[in-house]
Amino acid sequence: MGSTAVLVILIALVVLIALVVIAGIALYNSLIRLRLRVDEAWSQIDVQLKRRHDLIPNLVNAVRGYMEFEQETLTAVTNARANAVSAGAAGPAAAAAAENALTATLRSLFAVVENYPQLRANENVMSLQEELTTTENRIAFARQHYNATTRDYNTSVASFPNVILARQFGFTARDFFDAEPEAAAVPEVRLR
Amino acid sequence: MATETFFTQQAANRRLSWLLMLSVVALLAALGLAMGFGLTADPVASVAITGGAVALGTLLALGSYYRGDELVLAASRAREVTREEQPRLWNVVEELAIAAGIPVPRVHLIDDTAPNAFATGRDPEHASIAITTGLLEKLDRDGLAGVIGHELSHVRNFDIRFALLVGVLVGSIALLADMFLRYAFWFGGGRGGRRGGGGGLQALAGVLAILLALMAPIVARLVQLAVSRQREYLADATAVELTRNPAGLERALAIIAGDREVLEVANRATNHLYIVNPVKKVEERSRGLFSTHPPIVDRINRLRALRGASPLSSSESSALRALEPDGGRGGP
Repeated sequence: MGSTAVLVILIALVVLIALVVIAGIALYNSLIRLRLRVDEAWSQIDVQLKRRHDLIPNLVNAVRGYMEFEQETLTAVTNARANAVSAGAAGPAAAAAAENALTATLRSLFAVVENYPQLRANENVMSLQEELTTTENRIAFARQHYNATTRDYNTSVASFPNVILARQFGFTARDFFDAEPEAAAVPEVRLR
Repeated sequence: MATETFFTQQAANRRLSWLLMLSVVALLAALGLAMGFGLTADPVASVAITGGAVALGTLLALGSYYRGDELVLAASRAREVTREEQPRLWNVVEELAIAAGIPVPRVHLIDDTAPNAFATGRDPEHASIAITTGLLEKLDRDGLAGVIGHELSHVRNFDIRFALLVGVLVGSIALLADMFLRYAFWFGGGRGGRRGGGGGLQALAGVLAILLALMAPIVARLVQLAVSRQREYLADATAVELTRNPAGLERALAIIAGDREVLEVANRATNHLYIVNPVKKVEERSRGLFSTHPPIVDRINRLRALRGASPLSSSESSALRALEPDGGRGGP
């Protein structure tokens, strides 16, 4: 009689522990999955920033001949690009600042391009324009997606009971990619 | 909030897709059994015929799941386009795929001046979107982004899987039932005198007629489920969440709904896939049969609310309503 009761309690305990362990594994895996999505989203931003860095020299060369009075605008773009390339290794915050500066110089370049009808008739410039427009959009969308996945991950890491596991296994909250204030509006790099 | 809705929708679509495939197999099994007994009245033959029907149903379900998208695209006369042919369209699709966090789908064009678009496939890894050349011509970049955003949210939500299965399975079941029915009547009428078999065939035809009558409302309900208002509103809202630009989709919807041209390649099996109901023929409109889409005025007003604009004026509303198949009342 007494020994059956002990046995029942023992079995109940084992089942309980097994359930806790299974729940822990499931939680751990979901944290891993969320963190992986954040990493993927971050690498997507990197890919698009790299794409922009590669496109800019082509654009600058294509428009240089037409824009003899605007050399300082072109120099500003070239310098901002160089800064952004070197800031890429310095972490999200520094990269964001340098990339935002680059976006600003590109915007003033496109504003200037509008004053040159010959440029707007040039097919090469127009296709570079389309490529840069899409790249600007891709960067914005990649950031948006990165921030969305980061929000999901950070929420998960900070909420109970995940927070216990997260502390134990070193899941720490990630930084958001802050957009510059005026970039909340759609980047306007269109000619028409 | 947004992710919750999106996961809920995904789960619902997976569940509904399974349910639909199983019901098709079950339905064919019932048809096979009815036919077996009606035709032969022999248990062994009946079981064999039922087995054949189950095999056919399974084949049909798997075929629709894995290859249905090709069927839908071919039926819509859509051709795949390369990045070199349509750089701007491709760019917009790739941008929004990044925003949605899904792989870039295959891009197709339909040579038709009526503006419209749809997405199909079984999951985000095997998805296609198709847009008409008319849409490409009539929309600017922002409008295009709105439409593509709408289609990609159908892809991400797995709406495409369920809608595909509904179109292909329900379409082919209706076709098969039709065929059986004609066959049965033909035999029943033509050879009624032989061995008293005519009575059996007539009984079979009766059973089939009853089954079809039972099926019709279920089929109608399924198609409505596939394009419930909920799905379309959610896709509109997700498109805005992705593009951050309600005005683009709003303009696109108004242009698509306001266009009087008829999309020739759309049919009963594919109507429900399109962003805006492609049925614009006067005779079908007056019948009000296809209330699969929510009223466009409602969708536009929701988008206007998102950007703080006032709803459409009554004259603008009635102008758009007049173009809709059921006078803009929407489905039940």
